[in-house]
Order: sequence, then structure tokens, then C-alpha cells
Amino acid sequence: MTSPNGNGHSAPEHVLLRIKRQKAPGEPPYWESFRVPYEPGMNVISALMKIRLNPVTAEGRATTPVTWDSGCLEEVCGACSMRINGIPRQSCTALVDKLEQPIVLEPFSKFPVLRDLMVDRTPMFDALKRIKAWVPLDGTYALGPGDKMAPELQQIRYKYSECMTCGCCLEACPQYNNRSSFIGASAIGQAYLFNEHPTGRNLKGDRLDVMMGPGGVVDCGNAQNCVRVCPKHIPLTDAIAAIGGQVTVHAIKKMLRF
Amino acid sequence: MSKNIIIVGGGLAGLAAAIKVAEAGWHVDLFSLVPVKRSHSVCAQGGINSAKNLKGEGDHPDIHISDSLFGGEFLADQDLVKEMCYDGPAIIDLLDRMGVPFNRTDEGYLDFRRFGGTLHHRTAYAGATTGQQLMYALDEQVRRYEAEGKVDKYEYWEFLSAILDDDGVCRGITAMNLWDRSVHVFKAGAVCLATGGPGLVFGKSTNSVINTGAANGRVYQQGVHYANGEFIQVHPTSIPGADKLRLISESVRGEGGRVWVPKDPKDRRRPSDIPDSERDYFLERKYPRYGNLVPRDVATREIFAICVNEGRGVDGQNQVYLDITPERSGQPADVLERKLGGVFEIYRKFSGTDPLAEPMKIFPGVHYSMGGLWVSPKDENGQVKQMTNIPGLFAAGEADFQYHGANRLGANSLLSCIFGGFIAGPRMCEWASSHSAPPPESVYERELKRQTEINDRILAMTGGNENTFKIHQELGDAMTRSCTVVRENDDLVKLMAKIAELEERWHRININDTSKSVNQSFVWTRAVWDMIQLAKAIAKGALLRDECRGAHYKPAHDVEKPEKEKLGEATDTDAYQDYVRELAAANKTTYKVKPKSGKEVSPEFVEYIRQWVEREKKWNKTTIASWRPNAEPEMSFRDVSMTVEPPRPRIYK
Ligand SMILES: Cc1cc2nc3c(=O)[nH]c(=O)nc-3n(C[C@H](O)[C@H](O)[C@H](O)COP(=O)(O)OP(=O)(O)OC[C@H]3O[C@@H](n4cnc5c(N)ncnc54)[C@H](O)[C@@H]3O)c2cc1C
Ligand code: SF4
Ligand code: SF4
Ligand code: FES
Repeated sequence: MTSPNGNGHSAPEHVLLRIKRQKAPGEPPYWESFRVPYEPGMNVISALMKIRLNPVTAEGRATTPVTWDSGCLEEVCGACSMRINGIPRQSCTALVDKLEQPIVLEPFSKFPVLRDLMVDRTPMFDALKRIKAWVPLDGTYALGPGDKMAPELQQIRYKYSECMTCGCCLEACPQYNNRSSFIGASAIGQAYLFNEHPTGRNLKGDRLDVMMGPGGVVDCGNAQNCVRVCPKHIPLTDAIAAIGGQVTVHAIKKMLRF
Repeated sequence: MSKNIIIVGGGLAGLAAAIKVAEAGWHVDLFSLVPVKRSHSVCAQGGINSAKNLKGEGDHPDIHISDSLFGGEFLADQDLVKEMCYDGPAIIDLLDRMGVPFNRTDEGYLDFRRFGGTLHHRTAYAGATTGQQLMYALDEQVRRYEAEGKVDKYEYWEFLSAILDDDGVCRGITAMNLWDRSVHVFKAGAVCLATGGPGLVFGKSTNSVINTGAANGRVYQQGVHYANGEFIQVHPTSIPGADKLRLISESVRGEGGRVWVPKDPKDRRRPSDIPDSERDYFLERKYPRYGNLVPRDVATREIFAICVNEGRGVDGQNQVYLDITPERSGQPADVLERKLGGVFEIYRKFSGTDPLAEPMKIFPGVHYSMGGLWVSPKDENGQVKQMTNIPGLFAAGEADFQYHGANRLGANSLLSCIFGGFIAGPRMCEWASSHSAPPPESVYERELKRQTEINDRILAMTGGNENTFKIHQELGDAMTRSCTVVRENDDLVKLMAKIAELEERWHRININDTSKSVNQSFVWTRAVWDMIQLAKAIAKGALLRDECRGAHYKPAHDVEKPEKEKLGEATDTDAYQDYVRELAAANKTTYKVKPKSGKEVSPEFVEYIRQWVEREKKWNKTTIASWRPNAEPEMSFRDVSMTVEPPRPRIYK
């Protein structure tokens, strides 16, 4: 079942997908397979788009279109995370040519499934509230420019500031699950980002209080799965180490104060 | 509902408005299709403009105004453009204070780059993900207000309609929870739509897949005027893809990227093996001053012409090279990587080759809508800036039509989104304070009933044979074919017929799925209807406007320019001077206009200016579309306020 494509390689005529589906929150999951026409350069999302143009399973049975979450389609919004052949990643950059078939798609397991491949990642946004991931401004009125900043610091902050709350790091983390209250690598990265900002630093104590408490940075088992899957290549383990250090200093300071 | 404001949309414009409203002590209900942090604004790569003049070039807000008006071919109402450019530097300062990791100079100041349509370094940027970085900074401030209870977010909620009282004043909205499709009423003293652009009306575009424009289409059907819809920016450089067209930012050209095709169209060598002497850098050849940094519409048309008209695209396909290799751009690889890494990453990810080793292959893609919901450019005669013609209903961001005229300059949109949001926020609070008497409950009940009925009708669409996604695909294909880079009236007439056919077929959609939980087909089907309505406004505007202006290019109605050698200064002709005097009187202003140079003017140029003035008088007008059920929209044209600068012919040499 192969035919030559433009590059002289042989390419499959069809792409086979196996998708773990679920009708609604709390319902039992079930599997369906789909066969869609191959196109050069296609990714998992364009394959899913083909399914909804003709929602029929590989066995020829009519079904409902598959539900998934997406936005930018260029790996910057963080919406389209799912498990693809077992690995948590963004589906918009998952090129079919580079995937073994059948391509197995599953929703994230660490978050409640809403339907099919779509999950509820609200806890990630709540974590950002808890760690006060912002710079405390006096107001939006004119106060002139911010602090000058060395390009080196800007480069470090920029890296962490690319975190798109996609959740891959949490899905991959052995410590992040419904038996623990671990806040997860992305929030630790964000705490680091704001602790490094000249004004963001004013809330460092509050952030470290959270990081010191239950579910804080000490819950990290240092398995390093997070860095391996982060689509933005954020040096999460550096942040974990740095925040770990900051927490120790913070704890000693607090002890001395009493 | 005391002191409550509704903002629909959590992109840059919506978040900017929310911050101002919360800061003023009002409560915000903030609605978005997706968690606001995932809004389309994160896609912006290149940067944000402001004449901070940190490069010792003598840049000034006045020059920014002039570049913006000129780039937009003088179709923008000028008062607000002026205000925006003057506020630009303060907005950059504020974003800087919020912690946006803008790129820095060695000394630690903000770095600026050049973008199209200007000769100055005016664009602040944060790596290659400026939009994402600005979004996060505003999102963080809003999250802070959320933690303080001043903002409530409704994420994964879809705006359905404005609630209008018996006097036609907006009193709230109906919205649908996308997780269970239940419809609810929300009350507020004022409502702002910051719902972004309608890229998906063209099927595939550089936009996020949530940018249907449906919210805008809905209030258009409730009576809001849709202005300048035909002005759709097609970005010169995108990577064609099966699911979307991925933008390659203008910053690549800003950093020295050069556009070319092999001189011999049959040349199949690897691009890096083709020497400079056998390359046609056609933008540099035709526009020696601006070179690769001509404005977008010009670059798009030139690329289109090379591929489609002249058949000189790379490998015989619709694509040209964009060369940012260190050898050709003159910048070392590590510097390029630092400045453009995000853009390169996208290209590497989706095409598998490295732009630092081989030039990229690109083609134009639908990108941005200059047109949108009509909003008032002034605070006078009962009108309020950023308020639509429905009292109490505001709009900001790409959803409004205000700031970019016939063509948006790169990096001006992020600025206009934040500026528009900042303008809308305080005005909504003022408006709501002076219109605080609540309407009767029946106003809300009847709108809830109307919306529930619409949903029930769609959910009953289970007998037909049309696929909702297919209808959309056909709409997008037709719009892209006939209503983008080159427009012809015969074609547009056919397009109108095609849209009417799709509208009729829409009723025969089989929605396939009636379940309650995250029912995307049902939600999509509703949006497709609204996209069809917007498509009509866009296509009809394109059909009626018999001229070329900015992104709207209709060669059969072009004013022919004399050859380069015969081009003079417009100010040297009597026809131009007379026109400017007339305009000044009409706008009750005086302009700073260059005096005549006294040079002799060629007869060809005099004739060109005469025709150009005639065209200006006829077409320098805002297009207004008013919706009509089961028919084509009613179109009218309005004068543009020219309080700052008179139009001049748009010639980029
Ligand atoms: C790839 C790309 C690159 C760009 N680069 C630049 C650049 O470098 N510089 C520049 O100045 N401009 C750039 N632009 C343009 C700029 O990004 C956009 O014009 C701008 O971000 C629009 O912001 P917005 O706030 O108006 O809308 P958006 O960011 O699109 O936000 C719209 C919001 O409305 C919500 N919404 C929409 N419909 C509904 C509904 N029915 N119910 C509830 N909520 C709804 C969405 O959820 C979202 O929160 C770029 C655009 C693209 C596509
Ligand atoms: S290093 Fe820590 S946060 Fe990362 S995966 Fe391991 S346990 Fe989780
Ligand atoms: S740290 Fe990386 S993997 Fe984790 S949420 Fe952020 S971007 Fe995603
Ligand atoms: S759709 Fe935005 S990250 Fe994939």
C-alpha cells in the first residue's frame, strides 16, 4: 500500500490512527480506529481534521467527529497537548512522517477528561495564582521605563517566559498525580522567572512560602522526565535546583527570625 | 450588576481593557473560547512599534503617524492614529515594567529592530515570540486582579449575542458554556468585544483556528456596522501547510532576509549552489530604497506576480526563496539565532530544513483584517471612542476597524490592540455610570429565549447530507481564490453567488452529534453561519470598491503610474495643491505641506496626479456594511477624518 511521493521516497496512501475516546466526563473510555488519506507534511491535527470531514471508523462505521483542543497550530499556545504513541507532546508539531503507525492518541491521564482528547487543565492556572506569578505593579499610569537589564538575564528569563502551560511536564512527572499535591515543574519554573525579575522579586518570600509548603519543591523526586518532554526546552531542572536553594535560604532566614 | 463590565475576548485588546476596568475599581466578567492565555495574540512573532527613538535616529511619534497613515493609504481616521502613536512609548514602558523580557542592547536598554514600511528602528521585540510575551505579561496582571476577586473569567465560553433593551442599548450578553452547551445571561453596564479577526473565513490562514470572526458576525447581524471588511492583509511570507499557513515573520526581512528566485526558472540546483549573479532579488531590483522591506501588500503582490503571472516560482511551484543565511543577510549565525530563534524553530519543525543553511521557501497567506466592527473615532455628539453604533457595545483590537486603514504596517497591531483596550476600558466605566438604570427583566429573558431557539433549531439538523466542516472548507477556498491578492469583478460576482449557495446548503447540514458534552460540531455549525454573513460583507465591499488601495488590489481599476524616471513630487502639481486646500477646509484644519519645489513636472506625472486626485475624492471613504436577512448587505460609504495629514500618492521607490 505504498506509492511514490514528490521526494522520490515511497509514502503510505493512508494514515492509521487509534484514538482513545470518551463521551463525557466520568464515562468509560473506548477505542476507535481511523484511516485517513495521507498528505505530505501532515501532522496529527491535520489528520484529525480529515476525520471530521468524514467521521467514519476504519471498519466503515459512522461515528461522531473526534474532539480535541487546539489553537495556534504552531506550538505557542499550549492547547493541543495529548499523549501520542505514549509520549506527552503537542499534536500540532507531531509530523505524521516521523511517527510509527498506527498513531495512538490518548488524552492526558493526569487531568480530568472532558471529552475524547480534551482535558481540564484548570489546576495549572490555579497554581500560577498560588505562586503569585506576576510583577506587582503600582498601576498602569506613566512611571517611565522599567529597570535596565543585562542581555544575559533577559535571555535566561525569556526561556522560562516561553512556558505555555501545556502540561506535558506534569503528565510525564511521576510525582504529579491525584495521590499527591505536588505543584509541578511548570509552576516552579514560573516562580523562578519572577524571583529573577528586579520588581517581581518583591514577592519572592510569598512564592517561597508556597514552594516550602506541602506540594512544594521538595516533592520533586528529580526524575527529570519534565525536561525531557518540555516542548519549549525550558531548563526546568535548573529552576528546580535554584528554587530548592532559595527555599533552603528562606527557611533558615525564617528560623532565625523566630 | 452594579459596577460590572463584560469583556469578550482575552487577547491583548481584551486583557488591556480588563486591566483598566479593574484598576478603575469596577468588576470584570471576562469571556473567552479558550483559557485567555491561549488566545491568538500569542502567535505574534515580530514585535510592537513605538517611536522611542533609542537608536539615535531622530525617530518621533509624528514620523510613526506619517508612516502608519501612508502605509494604510490614508483610509484610517486620523485622530486616533495620532493618539496611538503618541501613546506608544508609554505603552512600551509599561510593558517593560510588567516584566516583558524584551531583547536588550549591551548597555541594557530595550533593543529595537526595523520592520516594513519605515526607515527607522521602531520595533521592540522579545525573541521571536513578542506576542506571547506581551500576552503573558497582561495575563499575569489580570490573574492578579482575578486573585483579588476583581475579575471573573469564563474560559471555554462562547459569546452568542448582545442583549439589547427596547431603546437598542446593550445591557449584557448571552453566552454558551462550551463544556455542556448551556446558554446563560450575563448583565453589565457596558460590553466590549475584543474577539479578534476573522482569518478562518478564508479557510486556512496564519491565524489560530479559533479566529472565526463569528462573534463579530453575530453583532453585525444585530445591527453593528461592519467597516472596511474588504481590506484583508495577505502576509507575503508564510509556509504553506495542510492545516494552516504558518507565518514567517517580517522580522526575518527586518534582520536582512532577502527574497529571490533563480533567474532561470528551470534552475533546479540547491539554492545555496546558485551564485548571486544568477539570482533575481526582485524586491531589491524594483525598490532600491526600501528593498526587501517594502510594505506587506507590495511584497505580497510582487511575490504573487513572480509566481502566478510570470511562472517563475521555485521548482515551478507557488513559492519563492527567503534567504536569511549568514552569507546573504550579513549577520553571524549565533546573532540570528538569538534574534530569530523562534521563527527558525517553526520553520525547522514544519519543513525539516534549517533556514541558516538553506533559504526558506515561502508564499503569501491570509493574515490580518484591517476591517472590522465600526467604532467611533471621537468622543462627541453622544459618540464615544471605541463604541460601536450600538450604544453600550464597544469593540477593540483586531475586531475593530479603526487603526490601519487599507493596510496595516507590521508591528502596529499589537500596539493598536493594547491602545484600543486602554481607550475602551475607562470609557466603558464612564458610560456605565451614566446609564445605570436597569432595564426590565423581560429584556434578558427574550434574548435568552431567542438564543435557545437558535440552538434548538441547529440541534434538530440531523436529516441533511451536508458536512459542516466541508461547507467551511468550500467557503475558505472560494474566498481565498477570489477575494485575496488580486480581485476582479467577474470573479467577485461569482463569489457572491457561491456564498449564497453555501448559505442555502448550510440549512442542510447534518450535525452528526447532538450530545451535550463539548459538542464541537454543533458549535462549529453555528459559527459557520456567522462566517458566511461576514464573507458576504467582505466580498461585497471588494466588489463595489473599484480602485486599488493598500491590500485591495483590482488591476482593472488601477490608476496607472508613469515610469520611475517621470515620477515627481505630488506637491509640485496644481491639482494636488488644490485638493489639499479643499481637504483642509473640509477638515477645518491646516496641514504642513511641502511647498512647491519649482522643478518642472512631466506631463505624464501631472496626468497621473489628476487621476489620483479624482480617485481619492471618490474612494477615500470608509466602507460600511449593514446586515440584511437573506440578502446581500446594504453598503454605504463615509468620509474619513483627515485632521493630521493630507493623503499623498503611495509610491515606494
Ligand atoms: C502569526 C501572526 C503573527 C503576528 N505577528 C504580529 C506582530 O509581530 N506584530 C503585530 O503588531 N501584530 C502581529 N500580528 C497581528 C496580531 O497578533 C493580532 O492582530 C492581535 O494579536 C489580535 O489581538 P486581539 O486581542 O484583537 O485578538 P485575539 O488575540 O485574537 O483574541 C481574541 C479573543 O477573543 C476570544 N473570542 C473570540 N470569539 C469569541 C466568542 N465568540 N466568545 C468568546 N470569546 C471569543 C478568544 O478566545 C480570544 O481570547 C500577527 C498575527 C499573526 C496571525
Ligand atoms: S524532576 Fe521533579 S518535576 Fe521533573 S519530572 Fe522529575 S519529579 Fe517531576
Ligand atoms: S514547562 Fe514546558 S512542558 Fe511544562 S507547561 Fe511549560 S511549556 Fe509545557
Ligand atoms: S495548537 Fe497551540 S500548541 Fe499546538
